[in-house]
Amino acid sequence: MIPVTVNGTPLTVPPGTTVAAAVMRIQPAFRRSVTGESRGPLCGMGICMECRVTLNGHPHERSCQLLCAAGMEITTP
Amino acid sequence: MTRTLVIGGGPAGLAAAWAAAQSGQAVTLLDDNPALGGQIWRGDIPARYRRFLDPRITVQTGVQIHSASQLPPADRIILATGTRELFLPFPGWTLPHVLGAGGLQALVKGGLPIAGKRVVVAGSGPLLLAVAAYLRRRGAKILLVAEQAPYPRIAAFTRGLWRHPAKLLEAAQLGFGLRYRPDSWPLRADPGSVTLQGHGVLRCDYLACGFGLVVNTELPELLGCRVENGRVLTDADQRTTVPHIFFAGAGSVDRSLLEGQIAGFGPERGRALHAARAAAVAFDRCIDIAFALRSELLSLTTPETIVCRCEDVPFGAIWPHRDWRSAKLQTRCGMGPCQGRICGPALAHLCGWPAASVRPPIFPTRLENLLDLRD
Ligand SMILES: Cc1cc2nc3c(=O)[nH]c(=O)nc-3n(C[C@H](O)[C@H](O)[C@H](O)COP(=O)(O)OP(=O)(O)OC[C@H]3O[C@@H](n4cnc5c(N)ncnc54)[C@H](O)[C@@H]3O)c2cc1C
Ligand code: FES
Repeated sequence: MIPVTVNGTPLTVPPGTTVAAAVMRIQPAFRRSVTGESRGPLCGMGICMECRVTLNGHPHERSCQLLCAAGMEITTP
Repeated sequence: MTRTLVIGGGPAGLAAAWAAAQSGQAVTLLDDNPALGGQIWRGDIPARYRRFLDPRITVQTGVQIHSASQLPPADRIILATGTRELFLPFPGWTLPHVLGAGGLQALVKGGLPIAGKRVVVAGSGPLLLAVAAYLRRRGAKILLVAEQAPYPRIAAFTRGLWRHPAKLLEAAQLGFGLRYRPDSWPLRADPGSVTLQGHGVLRCDYLACGFGLVVNTELPELLGCRVENGRVLTDADQRTTVPHIFFAGAGSVDRSLLEGQIAGFGPERGRALHAARAAAVAFDRCIDIAFALRSELLSLTTPETIVCRCEDVPFGAIWPHRDWRSAKLQTRCGMGPCQGRICGPALAHLCGWPAASVRPPIFPTRLENLLDLRD
């Protein structure tokens, strides 16, 4: 199992879990749209950019295309 | 030795890379996903196709090609960039519990627990059934599969499947025990529910919704290949209008595998597969006819419905414009990080606009990445 944190909440996920799937275990929303709506993943395949999160301090990472690694800090606005 | 570069590692790209390696070409296979297999297999390639992973192929995953300058040197390029889902905007489609049908499937394959969740699968096409069957296997409660196509067309298509016993069996296995309802589509979504044409309100944890597939034509277009009506033009050998560039796939799995092999083997050996490809293309046409989108869907998008999710542009702001270009400049529609990949096909459907041409880089990228390409 791989330990990560989502907005400070620790959780462990099985190997092969994407960052997007890890976030969705905790909360449905990933980002705020330009008018302030809550948004979550749409396409699951790296196209729509709705699943962007901040990963270890790097903003705008497409979470559906990245696998969880031990110690990852995932944050959403 | 001919150097062949294959971009896209779904069924078409895997078949192309294997066939090219078999014919003695030096093959590099690139894909932007963390694992090979494309949208259908996602890293879990069925045993009977694992032979495609010829050890002579140089594989690089997690690599996204967004400009021509990024391509390694090659004598032949085979593009197998596949498809994405078509999303039609309706009130509430931007809520977090509304995802693509293939989109939710991809997330579940990526480790999202779905057991016990109530899911409505809606939209159009054979993918809905595949997704519903997959999610059910993983423990989801599939409340309904709502297919927009009219009952008589679905019935005629299903009758036609007798000529394809393997496909009929597959459909029967997938569909067994699922509530499948033609003539139904989402009218609106609200937090925790969806309202369906002919069915009323269903409370659900997820609405998985897609209206068919569109071809990823951005990279082919960027490399100068001619695209017409959303498809990359190819000849009998899968050659595009650019002589050293081939395109394969973006159809059903059978067709994609055949096109990949034809492109990979090259004209002589590929010719033996032309008849099989013709049959697969004919079957894909039957699917297109059966699942053609009905005109009522055009009125799903209200003036207040957001069409461009990146810039939150409502449909009412767009329809005074005569074309994409003008809408883009005046409303910023399609100018956000997805670069019009979601709203472009939707507006092509709603307004009849052809998608605007792409400019490099075709994906937004960090400046560091662009600078890295120089060396
Ligand atoms: C979301 C989704 C889910 C699907 N699920 C099923 C299913 O469950 N069952 C089924 O029968 N059919 C499914 N399909 C249809 C299936 O994809 C096709 O029938 C067929 O397999 C297409 O194969 P392909 O090799 O042409 O494309 P794909 O399988 O789409 O492969 C294309 C590959 O190219 C990569 N790529 C694209 N652009 C670039 C780039 N610029 N740089 C690098 N790599 C790139 C993509 O990441 C992808 O891995 C699905 C389609 C989609 C869009
Ligand atoms: S969900 Fe669309 S890019 Fe990640």
